[in-house]
Amino acid sequence: MTQKHSAIAGKMRFFIYSSILWIAFLLPLNSHAQTDSTKKATQLQEVQIREYRLTEQSKSPTPVQILSAEDLKRINSLSVADAIRYLSGVQLKDYGGIGGLKTVNVRSLGTNHTAVFLDGIQIGNSQNGQVDLGKFSLNNLEEIALYSAQKPELLLPAKGYASASSIYLKTKEPDFEKNENQKIELGLKAGSFGLINPSLVYLYKINDKLHASINTEYINSDGKYKYRYTNGVFDTTAVRNNGDVERFRLQAALFGKLRNGKWNVQAYSFLSDRGLPGAIVANRFDFTQRIWDRDFFVQGSAEKKLSDKFTVLLNGKYTYSYQRYLDPDYVTTTGFLDNRFKDQEAYLSVSGKYRISPIWEAAYASDYTYQTLDANIYRFAYPSRNSFLNVLSSSLTLEQFNVQASVLSTSVYDRVKVYSSSGNKQVFSPTVMLSWKVFKHHDIRIRAFYKDIFRMPTFNDLYYTFIGNTLLRPEYTKQYNVGVTYFKNFNNRKLKFIDIQSDIYYNRIKDKIVAQPGANLYRWIMYNIGLVDIRGLELNAKTAFEPLNHLVVNLGVNYTYQKAVDVTSKQQETYKDQIPYIPKNSGSFLAKLDYHQWHANYGFIYTGFRYNQKANNIYNYMEPWYTHDAAIGYEFKLKKGSININGEINNLLNQYYDLIPNFPMPGRNYRLTLNYKI
Amino acid sequence: MKHLKFLITILAFPLIIISACRKDPQPLPSEITRVEPEPTSAIKGFYLVNEGNMNMNKASLDYMDLVNGIYTRNLYNQVNPEVTKGLGDVGNDIGRYGTKLYVVVNISNKVEVLNVKTGKKIGQINITNCRYVTFSNGKAYVSAYLGKVGDPKAPNGIVAEIDTTALKINRTVEVGRQPEEMAIIGNKLYVANSGGYSPPDYEHTVSVIDLTSFTETKRIEVAINLDRVKADSYGDLYVTSRGDYYTIPSKLFVIDTQSDQVKKIFNIAAGNLVIDDDYAYIYSTEWNYIEGKNKITYNMINVKDETIMDRKFIMDGTEKDIKVPYGIAVNPISKDVYVTDAKDYVSPGKLHCYSPEGRLKWSVSTGDIPAHIAFVN
Repeated sequence: MTQKHSAIAGKMRFFIYSSILWIAFLLPLNSHAQTDSTKKATQLQEVQIREYRLTEQSKSPTPVQILSAEDLKRINSLSVADAIRYLSGVQLKDYGGIGGLKTVNVRSLGTNHTAVFLDGIQIGNSQNGQVDLGKFSLNNLEEIALYSAQKPELLLPAKGYASASSIYLKTKEPDFEKNENQKIELGLKAGSFGLINPSLVYLYKINDKLHASINTEYINSDGKYKYRYTNGVFDTTAVRNNGDVERFRLQAALFGKLRNGKWNVQAYSFLSDRGLPGAIVANRFDFTQRIWDRDFFVQGSAEKKLSDKFTVLLNGKYTYSYQRYLDPDYVTTTGFLDNRFKDQEAYLSVSGKYRISPIWEAAYASDYTYQTLDANIYRFAYPSRNSFLNVLSSSLTLEQFNVQASVLSTSVYDRVKVYSSSGNKQVFSPTVMLSWKVFKHHDIRIRAFYKDIFRMPTFNDLYYTFIGNTLLRPEYTKQYNVGVTYFKNFNNRKLKFIDIQSDIYYNRIKDKIVAQPGANLYRWIMYNIGLVDIRGLELNAKTAFEPLNHLVVNLGVNYTYQKAVDVTSKQQETYKDQIPYIPKNSGSFLAKLDYHQWHANYGFIYTGFRYNQKANNIYNYMEPWYTHDAAIGYEFKLKKGSININGEINNLLNQYYDLIPNFPMPGRNYRLTLNYKI
Repeated sequence: MKHLKFLITILAFPLIIISACRKDPQPLPSEITRVEPEPTSAIKGFYLVNEGNMNMNKASLDYMDLVNGIYTRNLYNQVNPEVTKGLGDVGNDIGRYGTKLYVVVNISNKVEVLNVKTGKKIGQINITNCRYVTFSNGKAYVSAYLGKVGDPKAPNGIVAEIDTTALKINRTVEVGRQPEEMAIIGNKLYVANSGGYSPPDYEHTVSVIDLTSFTETKRIEVAINLDRVKADSYGDLYVTSRGDYYTIPSKLFVIDTQSDQVKKIFNIAAGNLVIDDDYAYIYSTEWNYIEGKNKITYNMINVKDETIMDRKFIMDGTEKDIKVPYGIAVNPISKDVYVTDAKDYVSPGKLHCYSPEGRLKWSVSTGDIPAHIAFVN
């Protein structure tokens, strides 16, 4: 009983402290807002498009963080993974280099609980459920948005409701001025690690109702960079080997307009050939393993308003992914270990939204997915999975109050060709979210959500030879979140806007799927045993001002506090220890300066100490790391089009650090970008 | 001016967290635990190798001073701070021969040679994918998974002969695929071939090597996926088969080295064993499909008359506190039994000491995956 009591007291304390922090932040701003409010009342309605997304962030009942095309161009990033580090609540798992696997863990829930969507349709991976964000480059993206819980819209595919958090990547849609019918953007990036990265975006107007886009990119890098390990006595600097990468991406899309609607189809292909740099351990610095990827998909989407009240959305996709892994250190009776995996997925979704009254809407979405995995490994089960997702949702929108609720039904039917299958599963998952505008004339909002969701065990969890356990149940998460947002736009003023979002949350992961030992090191087995308690605080603030004429300064700061503790069993010595790789404190700071044709930016990312295994002891301790990135650029206006030159320095202070132990990250490195637009 | 406070807050942010800086790098410290001393112990103590998880570079060396009752966790980094990245990745075996201690570090492709008194590094022998070590007649013998590196047609492993004075490889001999533990009887070395890289095409033999000519003279048929080999004092070898982890269970075989043939099969699961005088101490962890969990068993065999004994080496019920038995050793003088617990592989393990009557004497926390023990007298 005393234990239980102290747990409640701990929770109370956490909420009290968080509230104090909030009040301290809000008070001065709030009082200011009141004094100036009358003058600003009319101006508030004149929110410009530039701030449109910002207001959306503050209006959303679920926390959302958005990086626009402008942001993406300005922060020193090569891939989606680099850019996403600037968001709060996000821990990037990065094995280093351009080719190294990069996945995200949002709010300590684990990588598999974050779904990644490309133009509204989920990017799947039936094998391990993880999407490598290092594969997605930024040059064709218009926006990256990270939603905790889910996107607060009704007209979504059911998959949009089916994960604990979602990342939406949006590609550039053709958009033409009256008299133009094509746009070309040529880019060239070059820099450290022997990086060469030419890219092309071509947008073409076929007619008023039909636009096309092609975009393609090639990346080549030798992946060589210096790293250093020292304990104060030994001090070793070496060059990363086997990190070479060669990648080619080609994407083509058609965008059409319908009466009261729109549609698009796109084809995507991605070829990659890379070395797999291994863990730098004593006496072993060189590696020979290689990976080849061939990803291909076609997807389409159509949305149409059938009547004043009824809107329908259709989505479909077919994906084929092939991966080959070659390990020359592992010689079998048939030669080197040479594994090949073929992952296929077919997906169809229908959603409809009905406006019952001006304030009340309801929607229904139904998704069907078929996944199958083929591999040339011993005792492979050749699994396939049929998933049916159905979701009923409704929203009520009053002048100052918005509430949305949904219930998702997931039915999964697994089949295997040989050995045993994990059978069928059926789960119902509710979500409720609300946003309350506290004062009529000020953009201060309180928001809250509750989401109960799970992740299915992946094919690897269930069927991988020696490791898989077909008895696995889904891994459940419950999320509770309360937040405050404040947004104010000041026109014709030195100060442009202020945007603040802060949330506190409590998450619980039940039946966490963890690998546990079997009889020996060859025989790890997946179990549902973990129980994790997560308490967190996020704070995001953004502002822009013009201290001198034509000099516009944009600042943004993010801070995240997370206490994610293992409460699986009181008998364990690691009971209540912070779970691996989750720092208590992390944050980022971003500054952008614009002066006539010049632009400069500076980014700082901090990740506090964390542990790389369960026990919070000195042997598992990992030092904090923090990197400073800076860039400066100039835009030449030409008679036709413009040229943009941008020079970047990343990790300015040349800090050597690991995100995953023994997978060193690059020290100081450089990139030069040329961009020609017509 | 009204917004000044806000701006200052934002600008001060990086400064605030810069204060939470990195510390100066230092060698990883040792940690000491005290247990009941045994001032009259004839065995001074023992070294224990913790394997550490693959890719974590967390192989570590602990030392138990039995006379003074002092357990030192992570001795290696304190004694040898100058070794780049320390002991390395996945410690797989340890052996003492004379005044030298040999630690086989599998993923780090090396055998570390240490001074047995101090733990100070004397030398290193590089062997790709090395597994186990044993000794005879001034030589150390190390089994390794790969003979030729980078040749897809060379799946066979080797045994390397190391001169214990020069600390150099003298000769190598090709054996079966993925050879594991070895034992020496007379002038013959026996090594268990596993073939674990090519399931279901496992090896099923023990290779016999003549130590004079250093050639493989024959292979003894035993069972698939062999692992441990221990010699008793009656010229017999006890060999474990891991089975295929699915339908073929783990078993224990006895080979008569006079005839080089299997003379007895014990239908008990055997993960690891140690033989001291007339007793073999055996434990096993086996996955049970029906129950969906590990089944752990402990057994003793009288190697003189080759029968399973009624006696267990843990008698006080404390075996239920062991999650995954992972290493075992018997004090040759006091007959105390040391059993390590690897727990979930990702937490620090435990070392338990049981009296000859099977009662728990003491327990200490170790590094990750405590596994292999070498006595010092």
